[in-house]
Amino acid sequence: MSTQPKRTLRLGLIATTVAVVLVSAACGGTTRGSEDDANPAGDRATGQADPDAPLAEGLDVAFLPKQVNNPYFTVADGGGKSATEEFKGRYKEVGPSEAGASSQVSYINTLSQQQTDVIATSANDPNAICGALNSARQAGAKVVTFDSDTKPECRDVFVNQATAEGIAANQVELIAAQIGGEGKIAILSATPNATNQNAWIELMRAELAKPEHSRIELVAVAYGNDEDQKSFQETQGLLRSYPDLKGIVSPTTVGVAAAARYLSGSEHKGKVALTGLGTPNQMREFVKDGTVEVFALWNPADLGYLAAYAGAALASGRITGAEGEKFTAGRLGEYTIGADGVIVLGPPTVFDQGNIDQFDF
Amino acid sequence: MARDAVAADVPEAPAEPAAGVLRSALLRWDTALLVVLAAVVVLAGVLVEGFASGRNLQFLLLDVIAIALIALPLTLIVITGEIDLSVASTLGLCSAVMGQLWVAGLPLELVVVLVVGLGALLGAVNAVFVTKFALPSLAVTIGTLAAYRGLAFVVLGDQAVADFPFRWTDAASSTVADGAVPWAAVVAIALAVVFGVVLHATPFGRSLYAMGNNAEAAAFAGIRVARAKSWLFVASGAVAGLAGVYWTLRFASARADNAAGLELAVVAAVLLGGVSIFGGRGTLPGVLLGVLLLGAVRNALQLADVAADTLNVVTGGLLIASVVVPNAVVLARARWRRRGRAA
Repeated sequence: MSTQPKRTLRLGLIATTVAVVLVSAACGGTTRGSEDDANPAGDRATGQADPDAPLAEGLDVAFLPKQVNNPYFTVADGGGKSATEEFKGRYKEVGPSEAGASSQVSYINTLSQQQTDVIATSANDPNAICGALNSARQAGAKVVTFDSDTKPECRDVFVNQATAEGIAANQVELIAAQIGGEGKIAILSATPNATNQNAWIELMRAELAKPEHSRIELVAVAYGNDEDQKSFQETQGLLRSYPDLKGIVSPTTVGVAAAARYLSGSEHKGKVALTGLGTPNQMREFVKDGTVEVFALWNPADLGYLAAYAGAALASGRITGAEGEKFTAGRLGEYTIGADGVIVLGPPTVFDQGNIDQFDF
Repeated sequence: MARDAVAADVPEAPAEPAAGVLRSALLRWDTALLVVLAAVVVLAGVLVEGFASGRNLQFLLLDVIAIALIALPLTLIVITGEIDLSVASTLGLCSAVMGQLWVAGLPLELVVVLVVGLGALLGAVNAVFVTKFALPSLAVTIGTLAAYRGLAFVVLGDQAVADFPFRWTDAASSTVADGAVPWAAVVAIALAVVFGVVLHATPFGRSLYAMGNNAEAAAFAGIRVARAKSWLFVASGAVAGLAGVYWTLRFASARADNAAGLELAVVAAVLLGGVSIFGGRGTLPGVLLGVLLLGAVRNALQLADVAADTLNVVTGGLLIASVVVPNAVVLARARWRRRGRAA
């Protein structure tokens, strides 16, 4: 009996080796950078655009968010739905219940199998969905990414919610107005290595260096790591370290909500200005109780709306995704495609007591 | 153990030879699965547009390959009465390490070998805790489920390594003779044959059933229980490593969170395939049918635009049915027999 397991185990080892060899058999000596891994499916913007082509009716438009039942995407996809109804297409939303890196792939395959005309998606992972998107495009679909892009060669256009410059300028403008253009301010960011946050902070510094903001002094950048509790404590810490602080900018939804919660329960309420990027639902009570005067965020419904129109324009042959092409997106007006097929939604929407009740996300 | 609740008819049916009953019951479950799978395929082919195409078959197979691979060694493990819940985390850690080794400039062939070796090593850690320290595999592998996933994030953080050569990433989803069957499925089938032969045609395989039915008796009969289980955990880790290679190349993305939560899908497929969670019962063809059935149902419902949450409910329902139906059959049969005796 005792020799039998051994023999079988040897079998198992051989099997594993065979599998490894099978996997690596096709290739000899592949090292990083040793070959050109250009993607043959990646040629974008082929064919001619006809700006006078009518917007096709009856287009199948599918929205594939990072995750279904996520309030942000529910609103964004809702914008896509109202746009699709305007140009008389057929709208649907499909997607995974969890935002895993590769969880969108089988949904893209399904959409490509269903001969969907327009796929509007926000990528959980820029690379994982690339192959699936390209095979969907070969099957005839037009691909629009929004909110979160994939690699440029895997989609037709990307609808960007805002440029880094636009956000930085907006945030500085909002805080300057609230503190009367004078005094010490601090930034409450997410993590120290968050790429977009750091880009915004750098651009905000540049903005503050301009002569019209010479009386505003940025004294500290704190990091709340996008955790509610840490952001709360960091806000507390900032106000202890700088008792004469006039304002805080928190360009992250977790940070700005936590900072508002701290301020609303402290003696600084109404004295220290707070602004940043937040969602109306998170910030509503703090706007109403006077802790926060104004804050901003792009309007996700407009983002989805624009993505649907961009997809329809692509599917109708009005645009191909090439730089400089123009198209009209319903009530939002005319847009021009920028470099790399990027379309910018526009400046962020500013929320205050007057308009906050018109938004639900 | 509560396993009598499931296999109650086996020891309590002295009228027939126990092995005969067992074998026919297994045959019946496999047959039932085959019938259900055929019904699902035919129904979906007729009702769901786009299901019955070569392209869709290719998508379906690509989606289930990782689950099928991991399910192979797991079947053997569950038959011995143990479990390995660390498989998806092993896959994630192997994927993360694969990314780092590739970034470090090692040739990809070597990276693949190292990653599969790493998987085996991670399996060996489970093996040591389960056999040397005699800890329950459920507890051990829940621990390594968390630990390996954590390590994966230590290795790669929230970054992704994506610049694998196109030739390799393309190979992960390329098909035999440009048809519907992916090459990766051929590899999986070859491995399935190996594991199937080991389980069903060798004394080692039979000894696994003995361990699952009664580990003590198996030990008295001269079966080296600890050693056999150790090898199974090592095999499980190695195959999870191989699945990690496949996953990374298929999605062209080495990430620490790759395949997070996949262990549930694999366990579901194994149980649906007729393997008793209490050990001692199950077949490898049954498990492969279970994998395909879950994959086909998900694929068909997805094509029919059924929402992801409903889909999860259906998958869960299938799983519960796979536990309830055999038990109900056993109970019904016992009642029928009793009534027959009374009359």
